[in-house]
Amino acid sequence: MCAKKVTPAKPGEVPTTGHQWDGIEEYDNPMPRWWVWVFYATIVWGIGYSIAYPAWPMITGATPGVLGWSTRAEVATEIKRFDDANAPIKAKLVETDLTAISSDPELMSFAENAGAAVFRTNCAQCHGSGAAGVEGKGYPNLLDDDWLWGGDIENIHLTIAHGIRNTTDPDARYSEMPKFGVDGLLEPQQISEVVEYVLKLSGQEHDAALATPGQTVFVENCAACHLENGAGDPALGAPRLSDAIWLYGGSRDAITYTVVNARFGVMPNWNARLTEDEIRAVALYVHSRGGGQ
Amino acid sequence: MAFLDKHKAIETHATLLMVLSLLVVSIGGLVQIVPLFYLENTIEKVDGMRPYTPLELAGRDIYIREGCYGCHSQMIRPMRDEVERYGHYSLAAESMYDHPFQWGSKRTGPDLARVGGRYSDEWHQDHFANAKSVVPESVMPPYGFLAQNVIDGEYIADTLAAHRMVGVPYTEDMVAAGQGDFAAQADPNADTAGLLERYGEKVNVRNFDGQPELTEMDALIAYIQVLGTMVDFSTFTPDASR
Repeated sequence: MCAKKVTPAKPGEVPTTGHQWDGIEEYDNPMPRWWVWVFYATIVWGIGYSIAYPAWPMITGATPGVLGWSTRAEVATEIKRFDDANAPIKAKLVETDLTAISSDPELMSFAENAGAAVFRTNCAQCHGSGAAGVEGKGYPNLLDDDWLWGGDIENIHLTIAHGIRNTTDPDARYSEMPKFGVDGLLEPQQISEVVEYVLKLSGQEHDAALATPGQTVFVENCAACHLENGAGDPALGAPRLSDAIWLYGGSRDAITYTVVNARFGVMPNWNARLTEDEIRAVALYVHSRGGGQ
Repeated sequence: MAFLDKHKAIETHATLLMVLSLLVVSIGGLVQIVPLFYLENTIEKVDGMRPYTPLELAGRDIYIREGCYGCHSQMIRPMRDEVERYGHYSLAAESMYDHPFQWGSKRTGPDLARVGGRYSDEWHQDHFANAKSVVPESVMPPYGFLAQNVIDGEYIADTLAAHRMVGVPYTEDMVAAGQGDFAAQADPNADTAGLLERYGEKVNVRNFDGQPELTEMDALIAYIQVLGTMVDFSTFTPDASR
């Protein structure tokens, strides 16, 4: 078998464990001192740690630890530290009139940087990380001067705070284009006529023979919102049709789809998710991208 | 030490070694797990939590089936940078009706614990169909096929019953009306009085995928749009000692 009688070591000789496997024996050297002490130290540390920090489960809760540390208290302190540091300038941002902020370089610099952070976190998913939107998909470009709901700072602020056509904020901007084809408001012939007229309005190639009767259709059905010259109406979120900027595409097929099915772009309201200073900051950031009026 | 010499009896007896090892290891498990069952403050009570509606639950099953948890977590940790980006840190109560929970452990994509209401349904349709079309930097694979898979919630009542077995408080009424509620939530013209009475007025009722058919896309978007929206944090005061 494996065990044999331990032979007492001669002075200066290391004893063996007494095991023997196929003639192989094992020295019974002591563990290195440093290792043993480190091991004892970790035990002491473990006991001390469980006294200092929340650890042992009791009947109604865990022991809180003598340091009184908690994850939640730590994150609250951390957030408060940053909030306190920014509190004066944030208060100033909220108090100052929106139109007057751009004339205060320090405040504007803060707003643009804070707004850029808010934009990257919350807005970039739809409007793109560079704010150029997604052409033809209904996510507006925020860099140009074509605004659906108005491009001055107050309108941008209102749009961000309340959103567009969402169901979560009763003050959201709202307008609804009729489904001219789906709901049978226009005959297929009238639709192809009005599409040619819209192509003409935006200076694209079109069939003049259809566009002429299309003008009548347009004036009777579309001009109430898009105006007779197709300039659109930011008060109703009616896009300008007389330029080359298209929210859902400006091809014959895309315009036909829009007239038949209508579009119903939705933007969430951010007043429930962002604070007023954040909304103001991101509004100023968007306004300063180049297209602000 | 003499008692250490007795160790030989254990080391040379495989069954005894196994039984005793199991005993020692289970002490660690018991100390960590058992208190969670009896400690009253394990899950703090918060207002607003409700079981998922049948459609949301179906969406949740699709989320699990497609392995979304592989790249998305649903757990906002209590750290300033996470709270700044995603919103209030997650509470245990917010996943108390999740079986299994979807906390995840890897973020190739962003955390989704509070993604509900953050983007429009149209954005989610575009994004699921081809994420790169709206976020060019994205590496998320396309899931456009979800919009083609028509579902009718044939077995949804069984799913509700299964969740009830593991502790989700679905009532008899909710299970019985499961398939009806399933269809009603995605149909703005349906009679949703029963659905709203059972699950609360805040339930999103709309055509989530923008198509006439009820598809997996409807279910998944319904689920995504409710994530993190149940608890009203404007009225919630965290217990700082936790």
